[in-house]
Parts: sequence; C-alpha cells; structure tokens
Amino acid sequence: MLKRVHFPSSPLPYLLVAPQIIITIIFFIWPASQAMYQSLLIEDAFGLSQEFVWFENFEYLVQDEQYLSAFWRTIFFSICVASLSMGFALLLAGFADRVVRGALAYRTMLIWPYAVAPVLAGALWMFMFNPTLGIFPYILEVIGYDWNHYLNGYQAMFLVILAAAWKQVAYNFLFYLAAMQSIPRSIVEAAAIDGAGPMRRFWTIIFPLLSPTTFFLLVVNAVYAFFDTFGIIHAVTQGGPANATTILVYKVYNDGFVGLDLGGSAAQSVILMVLVISMTVVQFRFIEKRVQY
Amino acid sequence: MRNTLILAGTIATLATSAFADAVQVDWWHAMGGTNGERVNKIADDFNASQSAYKVVPTYKGNYTETMTAAVAAFRAKEQPHLVQVFEVGTATMMAAKGAVYPIEQLMADSNEAFNKSDYLPAVISYYQTPTGELLSMPFNSSTPVMWYNKDAFDAAGAKVPTTWAEVKTAAQALVDNGMKCGVSFGWQSWVMLENYSSWHNLSLGTKENGFAGFDTEFSFNNDAVIARLDDIASMTDGNLFVYGGRRGDSLPLFTNGECGMWMNSSAYYGSIKSQAEFNFAQTMLPLDTDVASAPQNSIIGGATLWALAGHEADEYTGVAKFMTYLSSAEVQAWWHQETGYVPITTAAYDLSKTQGFYDSNPGTDTAIKQLSLNEPTPNSRGLRFGNFVQIRDVINEEMEALWAGDKSAKVALDTAVKRGNALLRKFERSAK
Repeated sequence: MLKRVHFPSSPLPYLLVAPQIIITIIFFIWPASQAMYQSLLIEDAFGLSQEFVWFENFEYLVQDEQYLSAFWRTIFFSICVASLSMGFALLLAGFADRVVRGALAYRTMLIWPYAVAPVLAGALWMFMFNPTLGIFPYILEVIGYDWNHYLNGYQAMFLVILAAAWKQVAYNFLFYLAAMQSIPRSIVEAAAIDGAGPMRRFWTIIFPLLSPTTFFLLVVNAVYAFFDTFGIIHAVTQGGPANATTILVYKVYNDGFVGLDLGGSAAQSVILMVLVISMTVVQFRFIEKRVQY
Repeated sequence: MRNTLILAGTIATLATSAFADAVQVDWWHAMGGTNGERVNKIADDFNASQSAYKVVPTYKGNYTETMTAAVAAFRAKEQPHLVQVFEVGTATMMAAKGAVYPIEQLMADSNEAFNKSDYLPAVISYYQTPTGELLSMPFNSSTPVMWYNKDAFDAAGAKVPTTWAEVKTAAQALVDNGMKCGVSFGWQSWVMLENYSSWHNLSLGTKENGFAGFDTEFSFNNDAVIARLDDIASMTDGNLFVYGGRRGDSLPLFTNGECGMWMNSSAYYGSIKSQAEFNFAQTMLPLDTDVASAPQNSIIGGATLWALAGHEADEYTGVAKFMTYLSSAEVQAWWHQETGYVPITTAAYDLSKTQGFYDSNPGTDTAIKQLSLNEPTPNSRGLRFGNFVQIRDVINEEMEALWAGDKSAKVALDTAVKRGNALLRKFERSAK
C-alpha cells in the first residue's frame, strides 16, 4: 500500500524493462522451452509424425556408450583447455606485470588473439598441422615423428586442445594482469625486503591473492570449453577421427543437423543447458562470497 | 506462405518484366564451384528454351546442409519445389510421405510423357519403391572404379588386376619396385562394403537391403566380407595397403604417386586429370573369386532431385517440363562428359558413344559398364537404410579400428552391425 503512494502507477518502468524482457523471452525462454518440449518427442525429420515419449530420449542417452564417452571426453577436454590456457596466461601476466619498458606493446600483442574468431583460429591451426601441407608435421618428420591427426585420435585431441587454449590465453591474461596490478605494491615490497625471492613472493603472496580471479576464470574457461569451442572443432577435425574429438556440443550439432535426430539432439541440448545453468549458479554463489577478501 | 508468395510475386514483377508471367520453380542444390556453374547453365538454358516457367537454382551448401535447409524450410512451410538430396538421405526422404511428391506421379499428374525404360536400370532402381515407382529424379550419379597408375604398372611390370588375388600380386610388385604403397581407397563404407556386396551379389541387410521395409536388419557381417577385410588388413604389413582417411582424403596418395591403385568414385576423373603427373587409367572393381565367379553390378552414389509437396499444380507442371529437359540426351550427355558423372538415360550414353567421347577418353565408360553389367538383383539395386549418414560413420569408425589393428574384421563388423541395427530401430520408430 505504501509503495502505491510513493510510486503512483505509471507504465514507464514496465516500458523500460519491456525490451529486455521481450529479448529474453524471444531469444532464451521460447527456444529453450521448445528444446525441452522437443526432447520429449520422437519425430521424423520433416515433423510429419510425432510421438510423445516422455524421457525415452534421455534414457537412450544414458545408455548410449557414444554419449557417455563424449561426456567424459568433454570433461577431459575442458580440464585440459582451462588449465593450459590459464597456466600460460598466468605465466605471461606474471612477466608482463614486471615489464617496465614497452609494456603497452607487449600487452597489446598478447591480447590480440582474443579478437580472432574461433573458426579462423581453427583454420589457422588446421593449416599449420595439416599432415601434407603444414609446417609442423614437416618439422616433426625431420625429428622422426609421424604426425597425422586425420588418423590418430590422440594427436587430433591434442591439436584441438592446443587451438582452443591458445584462443583463450588472451582473455585470461587480461584478467590476471588486471588482478596483479591491483595487488598493493607495499605487500610485495615488504616481502622482498624480508628476503623473499620472486618465486616465493609469487606463490605465497600473489597467487593466493589472485584466487577470486582464478576461480572466476575457471568457470568462464569451463563454459568456453564446453560451448564456444564448436567453431574450432568444426574447422579442425569435425569431431573425428572416429569421434576422438566429438565433445558434447559437437554431438548436439552432429546428431541434430547431420543425423536429423531432433529429439535426441534436443535432449542433449537440455542436458547441456542444465550443466551451464548449474555452473553459473555455482559461479555467482562462490564469487559473491569470495570476492571481498 | 501465401503472403510470402504474393510478396515474392510482387518483387519479381517489379524487378523483371520479362519473366513477369513465368511460373517460378525453386531448385535448391549442393553443387559448388564449377559444377555449380554447370547447374546454373542448365537452368538458364531451360529458361531460354521456353517462357512459361522459370527455374531458379540456389546453392545451399554441401549435401548435408542442403538437406537440412530443405527440412527446415518444409517445417516453416517455405520449401522449394525441387531439392537435391544425396543417396544416403533416400530413406529419410522416402519416409516423409506427406512431404515428398514422387516424381513418377508428378509426371503423370502433369500429363508429361515419361518412359522409365529410357533410364539406366542400375541408376533408377536405387530410387524406386518395392513396387517400382520412381520417387526422385537421378541427377548426378557415379560408382566406384579402380584407378591405377599406368606408368608405375609399366615400370613394375605388373598386370592390371581383375581379381583380388591379382590386386595383391600387383601391390607386391609395385612396392617391390619402390612405391610407398600398393593400394588405397576412399569412401570405404560405400566402396568396400556397399559396393563389394553388390558386386558379389551379397546382401547388406534383410528386407531386400531395406527396400521392402524399415524393419530391416544388417547382415554385412558375413564370412565373405569378413575374409576380404581381414585380408586387406593383413596387407597393411609391408604397405601393400595404406589407409588414407575417409571420403576422398586419400586422393593425394594416388595423385602424388605414392599408391599405384586407388578405388573410389568415377567422378574423381576431373580431379585426377588435373593433379596427376603420370598416365593413369580406370578399370572395373576387382572380383573376389572365392565369393563369386562373375561380378553382378556396382551401385551408385551421388544425388537425386526430390519434388517437395505443398505447391500449386501449374508449378509442378513446370517441374515436370524441367525434368524432361534435364533428362534429354543432349543435356545428359553434356553433363556426363563435363563432370564424369554417369548419364542417366541410355540415349545419353548412346549419344556420347556416337560423339566419340569414349574413343578420345578411354576408360570413361567403365562406370556405366559396371552399373549396367547385369539386371540388378535385390542385393545389387542399392540400399535403403534410415539414419544411414550416422550408420556410415559407425562403419567408418569400426573399419578404422580394423586398419589400426585394434580389432579383427569379425569383431569390427559384428560391432558395426549391432550399432547400426540400434540406429535402424531408432529410425523405424520415428518414421511411422
């Protein structure tokens, strides 16, 4: 009642939030609910016959060896991509933080890869590692190593991890550098006066103070590895050889758009949706608690 | 739909007065590059030949993308009149009874003269119902042949093989003479499983390879296929056989002069001609004398044109007229000689003969000879399995495990049959 007195009903606030609400409904709620509904159906490609089957598509996925192995492969891929790109970013940020001359140029160069589109990044790595045309297989052949990621699943996995991690290093670098520069110099200098070397200063002072950033980046990188690496995989390996690089998001595409199994594909995307929602929830909860140290 | 048509009609009227009265026929295809230009030429020539209809070809990406685009368009009720679909999509298209307009019926409804006996049986049998009705119009069809490096064969003193035993002997002779590999192949499910089976009149699955019903099950894990694949796997010792990847990925092995023999589509003629710096030729697929005393016939790959339902009758008349034009001997002979795809009518084949095409390009009729070797049997007229795009991936994966030495042919094929059957059951449920 009190509120009514203070804010006489005006359509203005509704009008102001309307664009956001409409966008959310059209671009998220509606397609997401469509996907959820479709995941409960078995239907032919043209949508001529539909059968409502409750959770049968999900039951099939749970029993499907291919899906389960794609699931574990995705976990492995994400851990590798996240740790590799974050590790490198931390190393580079640590160096950049100490650079005095030419810091701007150095930083700009490191941030650059972030502007490259995933498909282009993929194409770049595909050409560098192409077994017949690429420069790396040529060099590897000189030292007696046979590179052919069209046949060797481990090599293919290594390649997509490398390409995906490289793409994300710039982003991580930016956050680590900003976080490092916000650490008060006095703390680091005090430790230096007490006789702590650079390595010790890093591990006992800087790294713990970076933990909120590390956690934030861990979530962002996991989400990146889960979803945004589609373009790289599509350009480099197309999920092959023998599904060795088929991660969950690629399987959604492959089953839905190549195999035209819409129900199964929708069920997979619902599972992915649940995964990313839970990741985001964890991120918000954790970061809200830890961000003020 | 209606609004869009009115809108499209208005735009068309405003834009071109010349075609203001022409009924438009939309044709979505998957032919990029030079073949795309040839497709445009066919449409342009047809449009120039009459004024009542206008065929508008649109490139929609590769085969998979084109099919997905047509499916999505149908769901949005914006489908084209004609769409080019690759052969493994046949079962999916056929199951969509309300979505497709069988071409034979379309021709009859439009009162367009249509004689099925004009067409090569091995080409159209792939696209017929069990009762013999033609569902879609073959457009670009090819079949696997054996390509070989003539110079390397001469240097090694090897004989051009006609049987698998001779393939082995020739591969040994080539490798002994310093070649990196004897034989390789691409599109392995199509070449080594589907065509190996039809060539030796073996069934791939029950229910006439799926032609007679969606409740089909795979049977390609038979002793003949197991023995052949095990033997090929044993040829990886000493590089008599080298695996070079899926689809056409192994083409460089042949054109670089590493492998002396390569089994893959006859439609690679243009690529090989432009890339190989040696004399090459094509010959028929080898016969497995342990399995059959004479070859049956090979089966096709490629794509056909499907008419989609939901348009006006006069537009379908345009489709029918275009089909007649497309099947004419002149157009077909031109298309065949330009692309390396096989002609779809006997008239086009005869015309190419009288034009002297095979005399000046020896071996280019190998594909047609293989296809029309015998009247197709239920085992050799083709295959109709649902979800076959994914099933081919399954077969690829299992065969790769075999070449890598991780599995025996029996284990690999048994697993492929088991995984394939699961996908068939899934399709059967969706296609009621």
